[in-house]
Amino acid sequence: MDSIAFLIFAAIAVACAVSLVLQTHPIASALSLVGVMGALAALYLLLGGEFIAMAQLIVYAGAIMVLFVFVIMLLNAGTERKAHRNLWAKYAGLPLLAGLVGLVIYTLRGAFAGAPAVRFGAFSHGSAYEIGIRLFKDYLLPFEVTSVLVLIAIVGAIVLASKEIQ
Amino acid sequence: MPPLPFPESPPLNWYLILSAILFALGVAGFLFRRNIITVFMSIELMLNAVNLSFVTFAYKNGKNDGHIYSFFVMVVAAAEAAVGLAIILTVFKNRQTLEIDEVSSFKD
Repeated sequence: MDSIAFLIFAAIAVACAVSLVLQTHPIASALSLVGVMGALAALYLLLGGEFIAMAQLIVYAGAIMVLFVFVIMLLNAGTERKAHRNLWAKYAGLPLLAGLVGLVIYTLRGAFAGAPAVRFGAFSHGSAYEIGIRLFKDYLLPFEVTSVLVLIAIVGAIVLASKEIQ
Repeated sequence: MPPLPFPESPPLNWYLILSAILFALGVAGFLFRRNIITVFMSIELMLNAVNLSFVTFAYKNGKNDGHIYSFFVMVVAAAEAAVGLAIILTVFKNRQTLEIDEVSSFKD
């Protein structure tokens, strides 16, 4: 049962990721990315990460993707032009990438053979309560530093986007 | 009911292999695409793939540190998206194009 759920959502994630890379219109790519993020949220749930799954849906599939779609609409981005490619990139790119993936899969195939299989419900430390306790006790300093980072990002984005260029 | 051709519960490797495949697809999009927004979305795809690895290892270790790292990755990705899209807006205002090959004045 767990395997079937994993395979379904993994297939959705990979199909949407392939679609992201192959689509020529940015809006289609953005919607594919939403699909990837939704499927990943379901996989996080299977791994017992309730809080992370919801944060993924709200922050990634919600906020960040709305920002992307908004910018695509604002700039009226159209279909991508076919560009002449470097001969190397054209013929060696995909085989090299497939080789990289094959190598990683070959390495991972035998790894963690002794680890128990992933069972839904076996991991119970992913609730908002437990994450909150860890976040505000052990990870308090990184958390506060992150707030400064986000503040800098907000100010930087406003300054960059509102600057008049002569 | 016939027995399934695969194990009842997915082994840990499957999640890591899925993460590797998604990361490789993100690299492919980053390298092959010409639209600056799509390139940026490929970066987000790579971040997501790494998040999946974090959560998988959190499951393996039985602690939720991995969840907290992946939460921080999400926050940094949000900040990065805000600044990156502002940069894209500025580039578009200056050049009236989204093709990365045409934004190459540093080369000359």
